Amino acid sequence: MIKGLKKWRLFSLLAVFAVFLAGCGQEEISTFQPAGQVAKDQFNLLLLSSGIMLLVIIVVVAIYTVALVRFRRSKLGEDHMPEQVEGSHVLELVWTFIPIVLLLILAIPTVHYTYKLGDVQAMGAVDDEGNAENLVVDVTAKLYWWEFEYPDLGIVTAQELVVPTDEKVYFNLIAADVKHSFWIPAVGGKLDTNVENVNKFYLSFEKESEGLKDGVFYGKCAELCGPSHALMDFKVKTLPRDQFDKWVVAMQGTQDNPVVANADGEKVFAQSCIGCHAVSGVGETGAQGPNLATFGDRNRVAGFLEHDEENLKDWIRDTQKHKPGNTMPSFSEDQISDADLDALAEYLMGLKVAK
Amino acid sequence: MSSVAQKSGFGATLWDWLTTVDHKKIGILYLLGGLFFFVLGGIEAMIIRLQLIVPNNDLVTAGLFNDLITMHGTTMIFLAAMPILFGFMNAIVPLQIGARDVAFPFINSLGFWMFVFGGLFLNISWFFGEVPDAGWTSYASLSLHSPGHGVDFYAIGLQIAGGGTLMAGINFLVTIINMRAPGMTYMRMPLFTWTTFVASAMILFAFPPLTIGLFFLTFDRMFSGNFFDHTMGGNTIIWEHIFWIFGHPEVYILILPAFGIFSEIFATFSRKRLFGYTAMVFATVLIGFLGFMVWAHHMFTVGLGPTANAIFAVATMAIAVPTGVKIFNWLLTIWGGSIKVTTPMLYALGFIPSFVMGGVTGVMQGAAPLDYQLHDSYFIVAHFHYVIVGGVVLAIFAGLHYWWPKMFGTMLSEGLGKITFVFFFIGFHLTFLIQHWLGFWGMPRRVWTFMDGQGWNMPNFISTIGALLMAIGFIVMVINIIITTVKNKRVGDDPWGDGRTLEWAIPSPPPFYNFPATPLVRGLDTLWIEKMEGSKEMITPAEPITDIHMPNGSIIPMLMSLGLFIAGFGAMFQQEASWGLPVLIFGLAFTFVMMSARSLKDDLGFYVTKEQILQDLKNKGGRD
Repeated sequence: MIKGLKKWRLFSLLAVFAVFLAGCGQEEISTFQPAGQVAKDQFNLLLLSSGIMLLVIIVVVAIYTVALVRFRRSKLGEDHMPEQVEGSHVLELVWTFIPIVLLLILAIPTVHYTYKLGDVQAMGAVDDEGNAENLVVDVTAKLYWWEFEYPDLGIVTAQELVVPTDEKVYFNLIAADVKHSFWIPAVGGKLDTNVENVNKFYLSFEKESEGLKDGVFYGKCAELCGPSHALMDFKVKTLPRDQFDKWVVAMQGTQDNPVVANADGEKVFAQSCIGCHAVSGVGETGAQGPNLATFGDRNRVAGFLEHDEENLKDWIRDTQKHKPGNTMPSFSEDQISDADLDALAEYLMGLKVAK
Repeated sequence: MSSVAQKSGFGATLWDWLTTVDHKKIGILYLLGGLFFFVLGGIEAMIIRLQLIVPNNDLVTAGLFNDLITMHGTTMIFLAAMPILFGFMNAIVPLQIGARDVAFPFINSLGFWMFVFGGLFLNISWFFGEVPDAGWTSYASLSLHSPGHGVDFYAIGLQIAGGGTLMAGINFLVTIINMRAPGMTYMRMPLFTWTTFVASAMILFAFPPLTIGLFFLTFDRMFSGNFFDHTMGGNTIIWEHIFWIFGHPEVYILILPAFGIFSEIFATFSRKRLFGYTAMVFATVLIGFLGFMVWAHHMFTVGLGPTANAIFAVATMAIAVPTGVKIFNWLLTIWGGSIKVTTPMLYALGFIPSFVMGGVTGVMQGAAPLDYQLHDSYFIVAHFHYVIVGGVVLAIFAGLHYWWPKMFGTMLSEGLGKITFVFFFIGFHLTFLIQHWLGFWGMPRRVWTFMDGQGWNMPNFISTIGALLMAIGFIVMVINIIITTVKNKRVGDDPWGDGRTLEWAIPSPPPFYNFPATPLVRGLDTLWIEKMEGSKEMITPAEPITDIHMPNGSIIPMLMSLGLFIAGFGAMFQQEASWGLPVLIFGLAFTFVMMSARSLKDDLGFYVTKEQILQDLKNKGGRD
């Protein structure tokens, strides 16, 4: 009996251990594998609070189990009459003050990190020449896509955020239509994009995204925003500073040196798409549709479909089927013929700034 | 039994239930209404989980999924959990304090019918194909953006049902303050009465903000208001504040009565006085008070700034202290007792570890910077289901088994009850435990589907299997109720044998006037004191038996609610249909005429004669 119990214990211990081992999630999206200072701070707070809470659970379960084993009526007899205890001041004080102490242990780092993570004073800092010291990205959330403007660099992109590693990147967040929430789980907690005010915070990216499964971190919209809330994903590419600088230069060059992989496709684009989509990375926020200057570099169509020409063409033919409630019109064969669509897809896939 | 007893047949019975002002019957009506909506909300939950069983599933469309999550949340909170708890409060609280009815029987009936018509209004949206889809929180930017009449159904339906809730809250406050039997001082009230009292006070302060918020939303959507339209100078964050100033206390309005139910059950089935009664009462009041101080912890990611976040973080953690006091008092109640594991006790014992887990994850989310990660992820879904299912729903099931004999005079099957518990309890943990990890692994909540390859497939599959087990458990309970009702084996005053409070001193179900003579209360656990002294009658009367004054039934509460229901449709369609405005006016006028009829016509009630009471007592003489 006892032996069996021991085995059982060992087994459950192993099971718990296995859950924790398997429990780290996927590197590109898990909060358990923090890839930046902010996420690390939050992860530390998670460890601290889980530890304290685990302690509480263990104490409660221990008292509970002993009471259940010792004081069953089936053991004590049907006629047993327990003593009618009113209470105990000592015990009451014990279980009032110990929790207070435990909570203080948690509250102090909580307040510390709240201020630390909320500190955006350095955001507007400029050096002697008047250049911004820190990279600032203006994020605009729109019905099911994300626009990223780099105001100090004069460029804008969409759906795929590109940032340098190992420095603080500051964000201005706002929504253009309904409220969304900007979340890159592996890099740091979320902040809402409200419709009426700009929210500011910072993140730091301490791991290059190149080695990851898709070469990117995953970003999510965390606030219910309509039918396609679940599909409002974005991706984050983190580059070392020198590569990031090269990318910026390439982006700034897209206005004067457009890439044309298919000239027919460009014509179709100019006819049907250019009203909403820009192919030059130079510009500001506020476009009708996502900027496509880096479309060929991205790894998803419409933020979530596998990045190939088939999906791209499917998407253009019927956008509502894929992402209900989005604001892009669908294009039938009368509007864009199959041949034109092929050309357009080749043209779009050719829009690259990275080598 | 003057007017009622003379008639019989289906029509007369129906009329009796439609017009009843008897708190015990209204309690049963609340229970039935609440269980009906619980089934609806449960079906919605099952479809949600089936949609998420595998990645890229297309069982339901994205739009329908948002309808389902919105209606699931709204239904479960407003139309299932609260009404079922009101059912217990109605059925039990007057008995526990030795009263013959609630303070305002007419308003009690009105509150019930407003809940029914509000709930129907909300759910009729399914037949219109325009269902609320902005989440049960209906954050303003999305709820204003939502096309069709879906959110209108939400705003008006909740307005009507919420009015009923407010009335019920006020009624219980007045009842508990004014109607206690002689000797029933505040510090002798059973814990369920205490928690009802505090929850009612919270309703009094929490529901008016909801009323205002819903009016703002109604005006914005139906009468061209601009309260939340930021392009016209409105502000959507205001909605979030208003909603959570209501919404957070609402959570405690649900959980406090649940605490009360478990406090009764722990004491009864440990055959022991509740440990630290005074501290329990104090903790209840403190939780009720602090419950109003922490609403912004639902808004840590809104961008209120570090100072606001820090203050609300610390305030939130403070709630853990009185809650911890309660947990340890329950543990010390069973410690040294004589624990009998009946079905209600099984639920109570299941509640402790479940609720502790839900509580500690609440503290974790109270740590604001950590909440930036957890907020709106599946972690929060796991957390609030741990407290609401692990706390409130387990309490509802426990209370159902515990008080069923008192309400209906027959016992639910213990065997089937335990089978229900096993399925439901295992299913519950299987469904929600893994969701904590889904949150850590980056899965946002309220997602209609998810892509393959994010490591979420297996946990979601497990979660859905758990949900199915919960459904099986619930079905067993329904079977249990049906079998019990058909068998209808009558039980005595105190079928559990260990009853401590006044409700177990009178017949099951009690006569419509409850107590032949108002009881004299000589301490906490009134009945227990009598038992220990070996009293034969189990009640020491505070007065001789005399004629009892009782209120007449009335159909007016139902008709008043019906008027509001009609007016709701008028308000909704007045911008697009010519009949809208007349219907709105007609509905309101109808309600007003009914109100006037009530005010102008004197209804003096009737007397139960002393002879009849003595006759009743004699008839039941041999029942023991």
